[in-house]
Amino acid sequence: MKIHEYQGKEIFRKYGVPTPRGIVVHSAEEAEKAARELGTKVTVVKAQIHAGGRGKAGGVKLAKSPAEAKEYASKMLGMMLKTHQTGPEGQKVRTLYVEEGLDIGRELYLGVTLDRATSRVTFMASSEGGTEIEEVAEKHPEKIFREAVDPAVGFQDFQGRKLAFALGLAGDTVSKFVGFCRALYKVFIETDASLVEINPLVILKDGGVIALDAKVDFDDNALYRHKDLLAYRDIHEEDPTEAKAKEWDLAFIKLDGNIGCMVNGAGLAMATMDTIKLVGGNPANFLDVGGGASKEKVTAAFKLILADPTVKAVLINIFGGIMKCDVIAEGVIAAAKEVELKVPLVVRLEGTNVEKGKEILRNSGLAITPADNLRQAAEKAMAAVKGK
Amino acid sequence: MSILIDNNTRVLCQGITGSAGSFHSKQMLEYGTKLVAGVTPGKGGTKFEDKVPVFNTVSQAVKETGANVSIIFVPPPFAADSIMEAADAGVPLIITITEGIPVLDMVKAKRYLQDKPGVRLIGPNCPGVITPGAKCKIGIMPGHIHKPGRIGVVSRSGTLTYEAVHQLTQLGLGQSTAVGIGGDPVNGTNFVDVLKMFQADPETDAVIMIGEIGGSAEEEAAAWAKKEFTKPIAGFIAGASAPPGKRMGHAGAIISGGKGTAAEKIAAMRDAGFVMADSPSELGTTLQEALRRGPAKK
Repeated sequence: MKIHEYQGKEIFRKYGVPTPRGIVVHSAEEAEKAARELGTKVTVVKAQIHAGGRGKAGGVKLAKSPAEAKEYASKMLGMMLKTHQTGPEGQKVRTLYVEEGLDIGRELYLGVTLDRATSRVTFMASSEGGTEIEEVAEKHPEKIFREAVDPAVGFQDFQGRKLAFALGLAGDTVSKFVGFCRALYKVFIETDASLVEINPLVILKDGGVIALDAKVDFDDNALYRHKDLLAYRDIHEEDPTEAKAKEWDLAFIKLDGNIGCMVNGAGLAMATMDTIKLVGGNPANFLDVGGGASKEKVTAAFKLILADPTVKAVLINIFGGIMKCDVIAEGVIAAAKEVELKVPLVVRLEGTNVEKGKEILRNSGLAITPADNLRQAAEKAMAAVKGK
Repeated sequence: MSILIDNNTRVLCQGITGSAGSFHSKQMLEYGTKLVAGVTPGKGGTKFEDKVPVFNTVSQAVKETGANVSIIFVPPPFAADSIMEAADAGVPLIITITEGIPVLDMVKAKRYLQDKPGVRLIGPNCPGVITPGAKCKIGIMPGHIHKPGRIGVVSRSGTLTYEAVHQLTQLGLGQSTAVGIGGDPVNGTNFVDVLKMFQADPETDAVIMIGEIGGSAEEEAAAWAKKEFTKPIAGFIAGASAPPGKRMGHAGAIISGGKGTAAEKIAAMRDAGFVMADSPSELGTTLQEALRRGPAKK
């Protein structure tokens, strides 16, 4: 689960990670008032959306007066902010965060995430703050310093010192940085985060260390033990169909094609999308109905796919293992009848009782195109889309 | 004749009285698996299906029955604890089916296993392991699509493993062992571990390896195979059309920061001598092609 910058900073403050003072606002008038209240010479008006690259896209502005803060806020609120991480249509700005201006000395990068290769929570730091860390990793991998944390003992101060000296920090700043890392590790562990990223992390002219940005993602599998964090969920930032799919515990991801897919198993669902592309088509979605999908779940999945007006054909690809093909076929038919299917439906069944399953589909009276293998199914779906 | 499990495998099931655990325990018994014990805290002293004794703790179960493999169906909040309990009891092979375990729980469990060199974890979030020749199925895969034989299968995905096995069986190619290593970002056994075992197994002639986007386990396997693997090998990677930054069902199937793409993995595997399938319809025939070409020269 992703959250907004201002929410991330709220969590940081709870754990003693230094952040600038800031006020959340929803109108231009509130922004003006916030800038006055903060009282610094300049303030920063920041659009709150769940995507990086806001600065470049015009979602972060330096205001030299409360009046200017108001002006920027009125322009930003309601705009569709397009960054490299949003879709082409952008993300609507509904909330702003007005922050105090700071005397910035240096900008660094600090991130904490799981390193899959070692199965350890790992700190990554770089002196190249403010730029995309992926870019740094590609062009100057030697400029990224890493410290893997042993979960048996947790983060140790010496690891913070190693990073601090590698970044060229000196004096009081070293121990401030170490304390910063210690607190950040606590945030990561105690909230079951999957990513905590600060870009930039700022060294102030007076030597202080402060989080100018905050990107926090949580491990969805651990949310059951963090009911308090659920309040941070912002439904506006999610695709409405994906949000609905979650209610049914379906893994659904919206894509930009026109062939809807329903598949059991994540690997097979990905491979189905790949095969549609391979034969020149475009999948409308990724959808894994899971191994033991019930009739109700299949119906719900069907409805999700058909709710998308761009879907011109549906491809169902099921490998019946423990769940038998005849049972699946009956589920598909019941669901197709219930949702009044109006687009061509191609079904590929394989596995246990496949002949029985195919027979049930044939005798259903529904216009179902059967296919013997996945490639053939993809080709048939393509043909259906083209109206052949 | 196989890797990981064989005729001497004696299985205990943690979570045997839960809905998934009891359903699949029945299926395993039907297949012929020697399921000798179950563990459900508080239900010790009862019997599963009137024949399999249930114990309160894993160490009791091991002591009484000599079980040497554990399969775990325990729900996600308690699964990491169950893995550590099995490791503490000295069970040498722990197969975890449970999907949805918090990542930081697995980080801890894996650290715990570091101090138990005789213990191997497979999974979590995997279909399990099957050796058809020994009538030993430890997992949730449909047993009847398998056939005893000499092809090794290793995969991150459940249903894609079934696709591969089914196609192989239809082509008359049986399997020595099929291993699902699971779709989570932290798992116990990776592709390299399994390829090493297949390499050492005199009764595995060729291998099919099925990966997917996310992480770098396939690239690591390719780098190892390029130097050390001497048997014919076919491969497939799912997710070539997946958008970056989106988790594709499996917790570990995500392209992040431009890393973990299908294109990189496919290139690395081709370079290491894998014959790659374009679509999952061709998993079986691609393995046949790999057999025709023979092993890549080292």
